[in-house]
Amino acid sequence: MTTDLRPEQAPEVRSERTSGRETSLRGRLGSAFAMFRNRKSITGLTILGFFVLVAILADVLAPYSPTKVDNTARFQPPSAEHWLGTTHLGEDVLSQVIYGTRGIIVVGFLAAILATVIAIVVGVVAGYVRGWRSESLSALTNVFLVIPGLPLIIIVASMFDDPPLVVIAAVLGLTGWAWGARVLRAQTMSLRNRDFVQAARANGEPLRRIIGNEMLPNLMALIAASFVGTVTAAIIGLTTLSYIGVIPVNTYNWGTILNWASAQGAFRQNQWWWFMPPGLCIAAIGVALSLINFGIDEYVNPRLRSAGERARAMKKQGLDVNDPVTVVRTTTSHQENA
Amino acid sequence: MTAVQPRPPVEDAIEVGTTATTVVKGHSRVPWRFLAGRATFYLFTLWAAITINFFLPRMMKGDAVDQYLSRNRNVSPEAADALRSLLGLDTDKSLLQQYVEYWGLLLRGDLGVSLLHGLRPVTEVIGQALPWTVGLVGFATIVSFAIGTIGGAIVGWRRGSRLDGLIPLTTFLGTIPYFWLGLLAIALFSVNLGWFPIGKAYGVGMTPEWSGEFIGQVIHHGALPAATIVLASLGGWMLGMRNMMLTVLDEDYVTVAQAKGMPTSRVLWRYAARNAVLPQIQSFALSIGFIVGGTIVMEMVFSYPGVGKLLLDATNAKDYALMQGVFLVITLSVLVANILADVAYAFLDPRTRQTEG
Repeated sequence: MTTDLRPEQAPEVRSERTSGRETSLRGRLGSAFAMFRNRKSITGLTILGFFVLVAILADVLAPYSPTKVDNTARFQPPSAEHWLGTTHLGEDVLSQVIYGTRGIIVVGFLAAILATVIAIVVGVVAGYVRGWRSESLSALTNVFLVIPGLPLIIIVASMFDDPPLVVIAAVLGLTGWAWGARVLRAQTMSLRNRDFVQAARANGEPLRRIIGNEMLPNLMALIAASFVGTVTAAIIGLTTLSYIGVIPVNTYNWGTILNWASAQGAFRQNQWWWFMPPGLCIAAIGVALSLINFGIDEYVNPRLRSAGERARAMKKQGLDVNDPVTVVRTTTSHQENA
Repeated sequence: MTAVQPRPPVEDAIEVGTTATTVVKGHSRVPWRFLAGRATFYLFTLWAAITINFFLPRMMKGDAVDQYLSRNRNVSPEAADALRSLLGLDTDKSLLQQYVEYWGLLLRGDLGVSLLHGLRPVTEVIGQALPWTVGLVGFATIVSFAIGTIGGAIVGWRRGSRLDGLIPLTTFLGTIPYFWLGLLAIALFSVNLGWFPIGKAYGVGMTPEWSGEFIGQVIHHGALPAATIVLASLGGWMLGMRNMMLTVLDEDYVTVAQAKGMPTSRVLWRYAARNAVLPQIQSFALSIGFIVGGTIVMEMVFSYPGVGKLLLDATNAKDYALMQGVFLVITLSVLVANILADVAYAFLDPRTRQTEG
């Protein structure tokens, strides 16, 4: 590995180039996915892709129906017939976990899409316009940021007797957009005064073009990060609500499996095959999503990655990164590049 | 919620109204425009929260009194009507009239009575639950913040070492759903090992008093919930501090301090960490607000007699007055925490106060 003293490119520089000269579809797609081209993001996307596949192929993969009751095989530990054992009714835990993936993926993505669309509309508009319109949109965002989410979701979800998953996703999305909108507004405000946006405005380009072609490419990393963050929040929200019992327990997702396991005393009787798999699946998908976000973070702020790499490279040359002599000697060359 | 949210970018300084805007616009020593803007925002949010609070039970299906009747069979229809008007649920008044009356009651500090708790005033019921939540979660939040921030500073300083592995580990603990972590902790430490009692704030048959035995009980019962909260929230603090450290360590003043030959610990804590901690302090002030409302799940898992459990029980029993009261208290605490965060920032970051360019 060579010492990493490459110029630390800010994402803006790259995107300015794409919005200017490199307008071919391929070039644009390439730059849109640049933030995912690192080991952390790719690992995260792979794990996420695995769960999406499981959700799509649930009918093929699941060995049993998740609701198939078998009174002869209750509370069975894992065996050749039931890889992850059975529940109090003799239902196959593996099949329940596989079918449960659907609810998680559908609600997670629906809620995140809804939240991200609202965040983009409110955030970018609030950042681009000035005066009272910007202020009032910002106030709206802050109100949603301040009103406590989970209590509100519990109260709203309990308004429905039998809320369908779409309603749950909508509630999670409507309460989860504010953070993304706030971050996007701040970034749009700083973009508005950059030269290339000013130039586009001076050229008389329509607002739609300025926002779509000049600004959005520069906001992609933030949008992606807030999307991933909302998926995580929605999945945690869904499983928590299912566990609490606000969501009817007859729809299968990992949270409802845990609700049943807890109600039937699986945690007290050490029936680990019942309560470990759903929890580990939630944790795995959570780790996958945070890996994707770590990757995006390092793309937006290259220091986060290069600091560690630089320190490791120095160590190989026998230098201590925190030693005053090293610091002074390397800072000059480093700063010329930055 | 413990989900990993993207940290505010540096540009957020504009949003908080710190450096850029006030320096350019304000010429007086006190940034009146900024203060007025924040005050307007808080008042507006307060109004919005109270209005949402007013409409919530009126949008819900089912009637508190019906629920009450189904639990208590020997209540006459007249008594039921009396209950309805006592709870402000008369249908013969217009919505506007009800709204005005709601405000009137609120300003007098009257949050109504709780059906679930034998018609006791809601303020009294909440007042009894609040110390448990604030005590336990407040303590856990402070511990988590301290460990996470100090740990994050060290991980950031020793960048590239094996300590970097702590970040994914604590993030993993943060992405596990909290209720699962809590249930596992109970299964392991309470059921199998028997080290800690299962749930509740103190033993059965004890009455709250300031005695050594009672305090010992409270600590014994609170240890497991507190430890799980710390584990679950550590990752966010650590990641935030470490990322800020990496940014600050590249600054010239850190290099200069090292070039002068200052001791490492002084550079680390007085120069780098001291500047990196600013956003942490602000997040900490904000997290104070979530102490009251953010641990509904913990209180459910450990059946801890706090505010979150109150809200859950009230929602299940459709005890609207109690539900509204709890929601109001939670929202108020978040608002107060936001004001604290603003004040803390102004005190800690001199650039915020520096209004003359």
